[in-house]
Amino acid sequence: MTTQEERREPPSRRPAMPWHPGRGHPSSEGPAAGLAAGTPEGSLVRPYTLTRGRVRPSATGPRLDLITIVVAARDRGERRLDPECRAILELCRRPISVAEVSARLDIPLTVVRVLLGDLLAAGDIRTRAATPAARLPEKKVLQAVLDGIRRL
Amino acid sequence: MASADSEPAPGDTEAIPQAVKIIIAGGFGAGKTTMVASVSEITPLSTEEVMTEASYGIDDLGGVEEKTTTTVALDFGRITVNSDVVLYLFGTPGQDRFWFMWDELAEGALGAVVLADTRRLETCFHAVDFFERREVPFVVAVNRFDGADGYDAEEVRRALDVDAAVPVILADARDRASCRDVLVALVTHVIRGRSPALSG
Repeated sequence: MTTQEERREPPSRRPAMPWHPGRGHPSSEGPAAGLAAGTPEGSLVRPYTLTRGRVRPSATGPRLDLITIVVAARDRGERRLDPECRAILELCRRPISVAEVSARLDIPLTVVRVLLGDLLAAGDIRTRAATPAARLPEKKVLQAVLDGIRRL
Repeated sequence: MASADSEPAPGDTEAIPQAVKIIIAGGFGAGKTTMVASVSEITPLSTEEVMTEASYGIDDLGGVEEKTTTTVALDFGRITVNSDVVLYLFGTPGQDRFWFMWDELAEGALGAVVLADTRRLETCFHAVDFFERREVPFVVAVNRFDGADGYDAEEVRRALDVDAAVPVILADARDRASCRDVLVALVTHVIRGRSPALSG
């Protein structure tokens, strides 16, 4: 299949990458690799219009790592929000990682971080940060991971 | 067996689970995403990081010189360990020019699996160097490809010249049980390294 052949080609022979082609990005080795290359036309400008041009979250908020878990705060009532933010809050009804929010909504990580930063500042979401780099996971967490993997 | 995209039952909405991550590294086509897919409870997802070109160098790709940004996809999967711990498995971008993403991936990672492709063993040298330098605990999984003239684990260990404590194991990235054994070896290795006095 085409997908398989693409995956075997050396990187230098791969086509130049279009901007934000969505799932199936040529640098993905995932199941959809190469399928959607270049399909969503017109997304050249869009990602950062969502953030009004900002490329990083406000410096005051907590760092939003790939695996920072976010969850929608309860009892926030009806608010006027951008569709993307509403979609994020919808996803965050259950705890979910920043990377998953980005992947499921097909919004680049950098953009999702800005939007989550806004929601966090507004009190719409709560987060649990990943273990800081300097501190390794606790022993009981490691043991839980080991037990969980053994059940696979 | 966990069904695709199954979610834990909504119950304790107050407690936010803690996430940990393991990195699956190796050269392009070494089987990283295959391994993620083999053990993930969800169909592997792909997220994108948008980078400005000024932050790193690209000099060998025709046609992109005029672009000011590029994107890199990260493929990942998830294993819900229990109600309080979620494990994410991230495949590293397979192409060398996306090395800048490795720092972010390595930050706070519990450990890493280096998938060695015996047809192109040299493609995992970078990964071994990186995790040694960053002091991220890792295991080497020798992915057996059909028809490949495979080396055994000891030959790979010698070729990679890794520390004697680093497990080097044969694996099949397509096989769930085999991938489970690799992850068990990694986490056991991490725990042992954490508490040398307690290890047998």
